[in-house]
Amino acid sequence: MINNQEILETIQMIQDQHLDIRTITMGISLLDCTDSDIGKSCEKVYAKICRLARDLVKTGEDIEKEYGIPIINKRISVTPISILVAASGGDPVLYAKTLDKAAKTVGVNFIGGYSALVQKGFAAGDRELIDSIPRALQVTEHVCSSVNIGSTKAGINMDAVALMGDIVREAAELTVDQHCFGPAKLVVFCNAVDDNPFMAGAFHGVGEGDCVLHVGVSGPGVVRAAVANAPDDMDLTQVADIIKKTAFKITRMGQLVGTEASARLGVPFGIVDLSLAPTPAIGDSVAHILEEIGLEACGGYGTTAALAMLNDAVKKGGVMASSRVGGLSGAFIPVSEDAGMIAAVRSGALGLEKLEAMTAVCSVGLDMIVIPGDTPSEVIAAIIADEAAIGMVNSKTTAVRVIPAIGMKEGDELEFGGLFGTGPVMRVNTHSPMKFIKRGGQIPAPIQSLKN
Amino acid sequence: MRAVITVTGKDTVGILARVSTLCANYQANVIEVSQTVLQDMFAMIMMVDINRITCNFSELADVMRQEGQKHGLVIHVMHEDLFNSMHRI
Repeated sequence: MINNQEILETIQMIQDQHLDIRTITMGISLLDCTDSDIGKSCEKVYAKICRLARDLVKTGEDIEKEYGIPIINKRISVTPISILVAASGGDPVLYAKTLDKAAKTVGVNFIGGYSALVQKGFAAGDRELIDSIPRALQVTEHVCSSVNIGSTKAGINMDAVALMGDIVREAAELTVDQHCFGPAKLVVFCNAVDDNPFMAGAFHGVGEGDCVLHVGVSGPGVVRAAVANAPDDMDLTQVADIIKKTAFKITRMGQLVGTEASARLGVPFGIVDLSLAPTPAIGDSVAHILEEIGLEACGGYGTTAALAMLNDAVKKGGVMASSRVGGLSGAFIPVSEDAGMIAAVRSGALGLEKLEAMTAVCSVGLDMIVIPGDTPSEVIAAIIADEAAIGMVNSKTTAVRVIPAIGMKEGDELEFGGLFGTGPVMRVNTHSPMKFIKRGGQIPAPIQSLKN
Repeated sequence: MRAVITVTGKDTVGILARVSTLCANYQANVIEVSQTVLQDMFAMIMMVDINRITCNFSELADVMRQEGQKHGLVIHVMHEDLFNSMHRI
């Protein structure tokens, strides 16, 4: 029998501490939609998504009411579209428009998978897709894009890195009238995962089943509140233990919602992604957890160690609570989406260099960072290369989602609104990496890749 | 199947009566009630059997929420499974 204290704890988590299911994401394989005629291929894509995801939003809303737990986003991820482009040829933007239309029809807020995997080279369709990304993001509202440019097994494709520097800039330039929102929907990965439910980097890997349902949980507010209740002299082993127990509870809820949703939709359950995903709401910040652990401001010395402990404790607590864990699973540190990070950047406590160090110990990378509008492409490419190197050597996923704020300079602020928040324009070291980036080629896979 | 109904807000006459009347209207059988009043804040937790309810679950949750809003109370109706999965291994 559940006792009253447990009931009240749960209610308080939901009501005051922003506990929610961040997303239920349906992964849909489009491999059976390939056709040599791009028109026919698009028709099949639209029909399949609408057929499988028809009840996704409604089911999410029903579960939300029944269990009393908010499910913030209902989303879809699909097979990397470059594979369909390889078969059909034609203008890839047609696929983007088809995905956008399907997302509107079924009522999801984002659809991910306008993607290419080029960690070891460009295959048919890859370059065409990547070249079309800025236009695709300009003309669609709900489509998210990602490109995997490196992995521990393959090394880093530096030709793709150089290209992505240009693509990120162009995406910002084309969407200057939409607050440069284009690159906010574009993630450049190293070691991208096949079953990530979180946007903008979600795609449905080719090794996945035909249709699965993933769940991404959240709850920085709950963890912060739990740590805040701990006495100031509690040692870090015990603090880690509190975080672990809290993560367990959060994840159990994700597991429950995931199994229930997959049963109702008649779709196999995929994974629970154990992530702490902040929102701009007050009290829902990862930076504030670190400050609660004992730092004056996120970004000061001690941040990387505290974050490493937080990230590890979340995984340890979560992994026992779920039958299948996957996705990115770790604490996210998207600057513009985290009230504590925004404050730390404004006060000068947090800079890009510290953020880069933080990405070595948590999920996922340099995320939602606004950089000056005149940052050259090769500098953006070099940021991507550095981040990819951290992922490659440490066998973890890293990513870059930076937004060049066209026409703005350090100290200005770019406003996105909603879950995407506000981004202070951050200082970027612009010493030129031109010669390095222009060399191109492949950084060979590190020795860590030879495990057999 | 059971649901947990929680009611919080400023104490007034007839809160328990109103909530249990709504339960009866929809054939939700009250199994257990515990309530406290701290200063003038009212808090009640009610366990109800929902196997024979005459509406669907989300409708019951909506009706309760609206009733709460009318009287300045916050009423949650949540499936028991949520609490079991969070607090029991």
